[in-house]
Amino acid sequence: MATNTATSMTGAEIVVKCLQEEKIEVVFGYPGGSVLHIYDEFFKQDQIKHILVRHEQAAVHAADAYSRSSQKVGVALVTSGPGVTNAVTGIATAYSDSVPMVVLCGQVPTFYIGQDAFQECDTVGITRPCVKHNFLVKDVKDLAETLKKAFHIATTGRPGPVVVDIPKDITANRTEFYYPKSVQMRSYNPVIKGHLGQIKKAVQLLLEAKRPIIYIGGGVVLSDSAEKLTKLAKRLGFPVTNTLMGLGGFPGTDPQNIGMLGMHGTYEANMAMQGSDVVLAVGARFDDRVVGNPEHFASVPRKVIHIDIDPSSIAKRVKVDVPIVGNLPDVLDELNKLLDDGGKPAEMTAWWKQIEEWRGRDSLRYKQSDHIMPQFVVEKLYEVTKGDAFVTSDVGQHQMFGAQYYKFDKPRRWINSGGLGTMGVGLPYAMGTLFANPGAQVACITGEGSIQMCIQEMSTCKQFELPVKIINLNNGMLGMVRQWQEMFYSKRYSQSYVTSLPDFVKLAEAYGHVGMRIERPEDVEPALRKAFTEYKDRLVFMDFIIDPTANVFPMVAAGKGLSEMILADEL
Amino acid sequence: MRHIVSVLLENESGALSRVAGLFSARGYNIETLTVAPTEDPSLSRMTIVTRGSDEVLEQITKQLNKLVDVVKVVDLSEAAHVERELMLIKVRATGKDREEMKRMADIFRGRIIDVSDSTYVIELTGTSAKLDSFVAALDAGLILETVRTGVSGIGRGDRILRV
Repeated sequence: MATNTATSMTGAEIVVKCLQEEKIEVVFGYPGGSVLHIYDEFFKQDQIKHILVRHEQAAVHAADAYSRSSQKVGVALVTSGPGVTNAVTGIATAYSDSVPMVVLCGQVPTFYIGQDAFQECDTVGITRPCVKHNFLVKDVKDLAETLKKAFHIATTGRPGPVVVDIPKDITANRTEFYYPKSVQMRSYNPVIKGHLGQIKKAVQLLLEAKRPIIYIGGGVVLSDSAEKLTKLAKRLGFPVTNTLMGLGGFPGTDPQNIGMLGMHGTYEANMAMQGSDVVLAVGARFDDRVVGNPEHFASVPRKVIHIDIDPSSIAKRVKVDVPIVGNLPDVLDELNKLLDDGGKPAEMTAWWKQIEEWRGRDSLRYKQSDHIMPQFVVEKLYEVTKGDAFVTSDVGQHQMFGAQYYKFDKPRRWINSGGLGTMGVGLPYAMGTLFANPGAQVACITGEGSIQMCIQEMSTCKQFELPVKIINLNNGMLGMVRQWQEMFYSKRYSQSYVTSLPDFVKLAEAYGHVGMRIERPEDVEPALRKAFTEYKDRLVFMDFIIDPTANVFPMVAAGKGLSEMILADEL
Repeated sequence: MRHIVSVLLENESGALSRVAGLFSARGYNIETLTVAPTEDPSLSRMTIVTRGSDEVLEQITKQLNKLVDVVKVVDLSEAAHVERELMLIKVRATGKDREEMKRMADIFRGRIIDVSDSTYVIELTGTSAKLDSFVAALDAGLILETVRTGVSGIGRGDRILRV
């Protein structure tokens, strides 16, 4: 099924042409020897915008966020050897969160492979465990079809990053170009429709449930099922809890939303999950940060319905009674249809009464102090942005505060590294988000530890005039490490102080941006307002000097059961 | 529990390391692994002998199926099947041992496929247990070298694994 009349092209021309055929508008990358032919082709066209980052890791993170924050596919381009090894963290991060992405890597010429050539590394070998699939192109004739397969695999089934390794001679060799409209692979046929018998069984269980809960994960966001899920949840009237990745999959401000569950979940979410008699798990995977100790979770008899596109996610950590393998939008449509045909959920007054009692515990309440409380900053950010910003985050306490105190009503608004927990993603994530959503309000909640892991990207932000609002919750400590050391290592704060911090205001200014230092609680809101109005079109680095003793609560210690929470007011 | 997993996969470079990498990354064990192209040269057939609980085996088959190069996966040991392993064993065959080695090979229905003044190479096919017994039956001091292929397996009757 050729779409183009056959014309002879070089491999480099084919790469660019394929990206154009895929309607790719933005490529994040960094040039180097092995990709020079490809960069030369970029130079000759203006359909695809190339974003020059300052470190390959950031190119991949930005491409990743480009996917996460939109329904488009992120693409990154890096050179061989160190270009690839720098990209690995970004690829592994996307893989952990099932983000569709295509990473093109230069490679030394085919006739040098295996000879320890300059900037040679075994890209396919190094990336194999952290990609959905990868390819080494050995013949220019295979290039176009391989790229088609890469996009097909990345975006279908359970999505994920795909790496295509392209030796330099392949980009110079010529062949006739044609781009297939579709590809058939006998070894790759993701399931779409769920098993109807299982779906009927699920409906039966849902309607009989006395203490039901809907537990949603990143799959709802990734598959753009938020609307269908919300319809189902409304129809059933069940409480909904979400994972860190599921934020925005069901409106955060809806009374049925009982908050995030897991290690730093709300009291009501964790108690309801543990106390439920029927769990409807949707695009979630019961990971260790969510159910804690699986034996403790299994100690309460309940029925689990699990919908996921990946069969291997089902029954991996938790016994499942009704497995439904399928594409979420299709399965949710079936569920909604069956419910429309009749049947009313069982009486739930007592269950909701119990949940409201748990909710009354107000587990996210925190004490104000003379210092700025990090939770307060996030609450004010929510107010100032009217809950409508894209919020990217790094990894640590600030990430949990962001997840707990910003109420996401829409999917694809909360962009963070949930699975791999990669510090340093926040700023490049904000860049990728802005390229996918030009003109949007984008805040990056970070800490003085995380931000320094990719801080060089402030330079990229200057070059492309990206008005990121950096919310630096600066406690001079690696907060989450310090919290664990305080609680589980008798306050032996080994290596968790961050000394010799730069003057972030001056640093931001040195990069050509606006810097602010905020030290008093009463200055928080005015600073945020100023950043989002007066400096709307500028990158603003807001260095909030926060209370260094603030901890994230509730907390389920590692290896503990969900209902064995440590609450702030118990300390 | 011992299981024999048969995998049909694309005969492409790297496919074997994807499978081997999956087993090591997820902490599954491999007792034996054999692989060779099938009658259709675009496909390879792999037989893996592994051990694990039912839950682990369920994950192994699911994870194998998830690999893009894998076309089909079957747990052969779930139903009637035949399994065979080939061993070549080089033994010292001098003096009275020469006659004894010949006799042992005959008893186990092995074949002597190479002869020198002082050695035999015996070819023996059977289940892994039979091969083990043969090795155990020989005087350990006379065994010079052994090489085993690992298990190959196939379902009985109408159980067919193909595209």
